[in-house]
Amino acid sequence: MSIKLSNLTKIYGTQKAVDNISFEIPTGQIVGFLGPNGAGKSTTMKMLTGFISATSGTATINGLDIEKDALEVRKLIGYLPENNPQYTDMYVAEYLQFVASVYKLGTNAYKKVEEMIALTGLTPERKKKIGQLSKGYRQRVGIAQAMIHDPKVLILDEPTSGLDPNQLVDIRNLIIQLGKQKTVILSTHIMQEVQAMCDRAIIINKGVIVADNSIDALTSSDRKRQELEVEFVERVSKNELMSIDGVIEAHEQKGNAWRLMTDKKGDMRVTLFEFAKNKNYTLIKIQVQEQNMEDVFKELTQKK
Amino acid sequence: MIAIFRKELNHFFSSLIGYLSIGIFLLITGSLLWFFNGGVLDYGYATLESLFNLAPVVFLILIPAVTMRSFSEEKNMGTLELLMTKPLRDIDVILGKYLAALVLVVFSILPTLIYFYSVYKLGAPVGNIDTGGVWGSYIGLLFLGASFTAIGVFCSTLSSNQIVAFILSATICAAVYWLFDIIADFPLFADGLDYFIQQLGINAHYKSISRGIVDTRDIIYFLSVIVLFLGGTKTVLESRKW
Repeated sequence: MSIKLSNLTKIYGTQKAVDNISFEIPTGQIVGFLGPNGAGKSTTMKMLTGFISATSGTATINGLDIEKDALEVRKLIGYLPENNPQYTDMYVAEYLQFVASVYKLGTNAYKKVEEMIALTGLTPERKKKIGQLSKGYRQRVGIAQAMIHDPKVLILDEPTSGLDPNQLVDIRNLIIQLGKQKTVILSTHIMQEVQAMCDRAIIINKGVIVADNSIDALTSSDRKRQELEVEFVERVSKNELMSIDGVIEAHEQKGNAWRLMTDKKGDMRVTLFEFAKNKNYTLIKIQVQEQNMEDVFKELTQKK
Repeated sequence: MIAIFRKELNHFFSSLIGYLSIGIFLLITGSLLWFFNGGVLDYGYATLESLFNLAPVVFLILIPAVTMRSFSEEKNMGTLELLMTKPLRDIDVILGKYLAALVLVVFSILPTLIYFYSVYKLGAPVGNIDTGGVWGSYIGLLFLGASFTAIGVFCSTLSSNQIVAFILSATICAAVYWLFDIIADFPLFADGLDYFIQQLGINAHYKSISRGIVDTRDIIYFLSVIVLFLGGTKTVLESRKW
């Protein structure tokens, strides 16, 4: 169930919300769709799910055109819109039953509803109205309605926004667990989320794709500068540290800890260990600060 | 379509909306038919005319009140996006909502058959009532209700605010019901044009069916109004894609 976008564009009035984006997602991949607010994430997802039409360009899901085979495509997709809209005056089970009947699950519906309630951990809340649920449980209802027909493609627009840290972990695990063997595309502006859940990140800014790569590739210390935190038992002078090959900056931290900037590729830890051994210092900490998604995100989306 | 229809109907009857609107309709029409102005008992003539004169006016308020939420609420809560990305055609959603509201209208008309039966029995001799006229009036009222419902559903797509939808649909319903009659009365149109203007309004066709003659022209008129406004609903819903 691959997703393929080619030159998809959406123009609102004079504003280009999504500008000529193309990418392809193979079956089974979990892709994080990243970008600052207003970058065009939701617009792209709305086009993929057929809620709005593209101004130009095409997209296919499993080879089916999203415009021409709209109804077929919608059967394949499970979609959680932004802000997780719900019928707040319906009961949890009643609502899922309704969604099941929309997907024409027929005699399977009842079984499916029970299965989703159990799977998403809604059992204690099943007799409540959706409006009475906490945000975390509402999100579960949203995910349950998106997955009830066992879609091959999951499109989740900010599935974890506004959740507390515990709920966040729960929902994340739920997505990872349910997303197995599905093609998942989820949008977020929380970077750790992408690192925790996704195989690949597509970063979009002002309607244009600025990066599309695997998480490893995006975060690997490809860049020249590297940051390390080291700590010794003894006092070490700045000059000594600066004399190490590759170190270009040394900032003293609390105690005998130092933050070092290096401009050498490769593993600096060996060099530092050698340095400590030669000078008879006791090295108690070396930590390489990996460039995380947050930095990548800032770097890519703040460029003018 | 059936899924939407059932959900909407459930909503009407699991909340007060359904019972309240049926109750109020029966209360107003019943009290005017039986008690106020002496009622039919003192009238000395077995007729349901006051029911059929009043019912359209009550519908003018009640039907917009019932239909105002149908799309406004979905738009306001964002659930329209949920609905429109499910494997449903737009027309399925529209018809589901329209028919559910129509069922409510039919359910409020149905109990008035008891009024008919009572007046029928009270006639001297029994059954001395213009039965043909009454059945015609019922058919007319049904079509009138169906037209108002279509107007109401259409108006609720125009705004995400239910109050706006209500005022709009009540205004349009009133205009389609009365306005053409008023315009036709202008001296300017006295030379024959007034008939055609009158024919544009619902009232002329309602009155015509009420006489007990079910004219295809009247039926076609009502069906056109319904199709026109439901078509408009579809167009407005699709406009999100423009």
